[in-house]
Amino acid sequence: MKALNRKLWRDLRTMWSQALTIALVVASGVGGFLTSLSAVDSLADARDAFYARNRFADVFASVKRAPDALAARLASLPGVADVQTSIEQVVRISLAGSSDPVLGLLIGLDRRYPPRLNQLTLAAGRALDDGTAPGDMSADAPAGSDAALDALVSLGFARARGLAPGATLQALVNGRQRTLRIVGLALSPAHIFAGLFGSPDQRGFGVFWVDQDALAAAYGLRGAFNRAALRLTPAGALGGLPPEVNERAVIAQAAALLAPYGGTEPTGRHDQSSHAMLQGEINEQQVLGTVLPVIFLAVAAFLLNVVVSRLVGTQREQIAALKALGYANTTIARHYLQLVGLIAGVGLLLGLALGHWLGGQLLGLYAEVFHMPRFVHRIAPGLVAVAAGITLLITLGGTLSAILATVRLSPAQAMRPPAPGRFRPTLAERLGWHQLPTGLRMVLRNMERRPLRSALGIAGVAAAVAIVVMGNFFRDAIDRLVDIEFRLALRGDVTLWLTDPVDAAVALQLARLPGVLAVEPARQIEATLVNGHRRERLALRGLPRQPQLNRLVDVDGSAVALNGDGLVLTDRLAHKLGLRVGDLALLELPQGRHRQLVLPVDALVREAMGLNATMRLDALNTALGDGDLASGYVLALERGREAELLDATRQLPLVAGAFSKATMLRNMQAVTTRNVLIMSSVLTLFATVIAVGVVYNNARIALAERGWELASLRVLGFTQGEVSALLLGELALQTLLALPLGMLAGRALVSGTAALLRNDQFDFPAEIQPRTYAFAVLAVLAAALASAAVVRRSISRIDMVSALKTRE
Amino acid sequence: MRTMSSPAVSAAPSVFCARGLSKTYQSGDVAVAALREVDLDVRSGEFLVLLGPSGSGKSTLLNILGGLETASAGSLTHRAPDGSITDLTQADDAALTSYRRRHVGFVFQFYNLIPSLTALENVALVTDIADAPMPAADALARVGLAPRCDHFPSQLSGGEQQRVAIARAIVKRPQLLLCDEPTGALDFATGLLVLETIADINRSLGTTALVITHNAAIARMADRVVVLGDGRIQRVQTNTAKCAPAELSW
Repeated sequence: MKALNRKLWRDLRTMWSQALTIALVVASGVGGFLTSLSAVDSLADARDAFYARNRFADVFASVKRAPDALAARLASLPGVADVQTSIEQVVRISLAGSSDPVLGLLIGLDRRYPPRLNQLTLAAGRALDDGTAPGDMSADAPAGSDAALDALVSLGFARARGLAPGATLQALVNGRQRTLRIVGLALSPAHIFAGLFGSPDQRGFGVFWVDQDALAAAYGLRGAFNRAALRLTPAGALGGLPPEVNERAVIAQAAALLAPYGGTEPTGRHDQSSHAMLQGEINEQQVLGTVLPVIFLAVAAFLLNVVVSRLVGTQREQIAALKALGYANTTIARHYLQLVGLIAGVGLLLGLALGHWLGGQLLGLYAEVFHMPRFVHRIAPGLVAVAAGITLLITLGGTLSAILATVRLSPAQAMRPPAPGRFRPTLAERLGWHQLPTGLRMVLRNMERRPLRSALGIAGVAAAVAIVVMGNFFRDAIDRLVDIEFRLALRGDVTLWLTDPVDAAVALQLARLPGVLAVEPARQIEATLVNGHRRERLALRGLPRQPQLNRLVDVDGSAVALNGDGLVLTDRLAHKLGLRVGDLALLELPQGRHRQLVLPVDALVREAMGLNATMRLDALNTALGDGDLASGYVLALERGREAELLDATRQLPLVAGAFSKATMLRNMQAVTTRNVLIMSSVLTLFATVIAVGVVYNNARIALAERGWELASLRVLGFTQGEVSALLLGELALQTLLALPLGMLAGRALVSGTAALLRNDQFDFPAEIQPRTYAFAVLAVLAAALASAAVVRRSISRIDMVSALKTRE
Repeated sequence: MRTMSSPAVSAAPSVFCARGLSKTYQSGDVAVAALREVDLDVRSGEFLVLLGPSGSGKSTLLNILGGLETASAGSLTHRAPDGSITDLTQADDAALTSYRRRHVGFVFQFYNLIPSLTALENVALVTDIADAPMPAADALARVGLAPRCDHFPSQLSGGEQQRVAIARAIVKRPQLLLCDEPTGALDFATGLLVLETIADINRSLGTTALVITHNAAIARMADRVVVLGDGRIQRVQTNTAKCAPAELSW
């Protein structure tokens, strides 16, 4: 081995602990980057493969009832490659031994013509058409037959409820209790994500595939369909029409065809709920996978900079000697580059391993929520190349100035000891504050002498605080969302919705149900809000003038009054459509015949979830030309009587479904609590790596630079404690300054990330609980104290004798 | 000017009493004896020069006397001004720290000033932790640096820095002033000024002064000269008439 390489290894061995902390910071950044991006890559890969193999449709339409013959007309539209019609109905499901309200989506499967689009993959059991015993379930079962229906069930619901082939459950099919017998567990590209109302509650919502004819018979839909899925011709097939233009054209034409049959506006994949949730998660993770690693790598660059600057500083005489011996500048520069390259390289490798492992774990978590046949975690070579490129960049960026300094150093100059550091009174002293204790004075002057390094050191610790704040912010955000949605907005306990809007007098009937304290009506209709060429599908809500059980609440938790007759829009919705208060908005309603409403925008409200249009119930009914109608009711209940009430509603044919707030919260909690805990633990661990990296390296460097000074003080009779206080005081001061800055930075980071994450579904409230700040501060303080303790041990080993003999 | 060695010194009680003092360093697998069975008494108020080439053991001896390290064998007792006697070979780190803090003033070859503190503040560093110090400004005045008291080390010449170091060493009115090659990094004229300062402190405050040097010329200003070589005391020479620093030349 060449002597210079031997020096490289020895230098590394001497500074191994510092090198390790830096490598770990690099590893955290690279690992975080690869974890997030490889997991979403793999998720997208699995999705794309699933979509392609099971022929996921491009456009989705729903109608009240359209004749089968219409399918051929849809298929003949230009730009449409294939059409699949089906029947879907939402029903109430009862499971033996559970009073939880559960909703089921029944989807008809035509056994003679297996679906060409949105095909199923069987995960367990058998398909509907295999091994069916004669008479057990037949295509020509009479309408209203009470025979048990064979069903395939969505894998997510089956897992959440522990259902296996052979299990049975009850479904309220058009007013009749029918038994569903599970024969198989299935996966569908249209229901990769299937939770109740877009929440991660997989226990409250299941998808069931049953015989189409039986379903048609039960709902009087023989020879008709109420759902259509369209597959578009591949891009380029239509004279190079861009896919999104083609999609818009098809949607417009399909809408026109379906309108007479009570069609709502068809949607593209973008608005298909399962696809939208999956895409939302991918976008979210891409933001997190980019923002956080950038911080880590910036800190790593700073650490490399201080450590290498210091190393070059201490080795200036060696560098001079090497130059005097005839080593070229490039050789010496390369020598130091190799040193930082090795440190960063180890960090990169550790980061790869970390990304490989954590990415697989994250994908495993996804697999519990997003149901697809095959998940393979892989880190794309491109991602590795990007990670390596970024690592190289920060390594060079962080160390270039220090390494160029070796080139500029002339041998003769380097042989002379460096001049003593130039100090001056601190700003506080120049401003006339002379009462500073000597120790504090030394600390302050040291910091002022190297303002950039001090500032970066403070910034590094602040970054650690900010990252812990960020890691725990999601818990706060979710708590806040839950608080807004389920305590401030929805104050009722159970929501019932009806098969059809009925006269509000039904409220009297509901009020007599067991345990009911109060009843409040609401109406909801599907609509498309239009402004010029911009359109958005939404559910138009009608609420009472002074709602008590189901209120409109903004992100800050204040209830919004419905004073006028016009619309109150979610601010994001108004912004998306370019609507302002006072504008007139056009609403297209499908409900049987195509109707249009023109309503003024009364107010905008910043809502945390969804894109909503809300108005007063009576105004809505008047605008629709209806009497006093409601499509749902929110009930407030006596404590402990929910099960009783839910049982009673099962006997009411007009109740299409029930939603229990308590059950949904319970079901959601298990999933979110765990996921948030994992996320916050991982980020807290990463932040600890940063805090230790910054504080430990700063302390080691301070010790190296001032060891001579500290040894002199020891000789003068200063105790170890006093000397430690001088050294660690500077770190303590830096850390103390960093804590409030870190909290501010955390707040900014959270606001920025929340803004980046803002989408149609969520506007994360960027509100941070005091406990999150407290936790972040404590975590970083603990890391700083641990680092200080290690350095404190080195102080006790300071060699006083050498201080007498050597000149710094 | 020649002054007689003061008879008071020879009659004074011992500050140090070393018997069989040895120090062995372990360097890898080899034990290196830096000091071998040294017997030495240092009397109160004495100006003692430890002379010897490098590797002779003079620094080791000074370090042990100054409480920077402990001997491997032998005994070393120190008598404080209040008459209390401590065996420095048995003292732990805390006891040695306290010993240095209360009784010893150090002057180093490279001054060892704190670069972030002004001259006055460097001296005040010691008054902050000493029992009955003189005012820091007085100590600086004594070494002739009152006008430079607000200067930082980087704004002072080498000689001025060394005089600040002396002021810092004497400000606590130490019993002992230990100087390790105090003129080693200085030119002749500046070195002379520093030696005059040390001699003045020894004379006027009665501080026992031990000066290490390899410069034999300096030995002429001492009461006694202890010549070391190979870890042992080669000879002790008493100057019946010591020189003033101004008469020295090298």
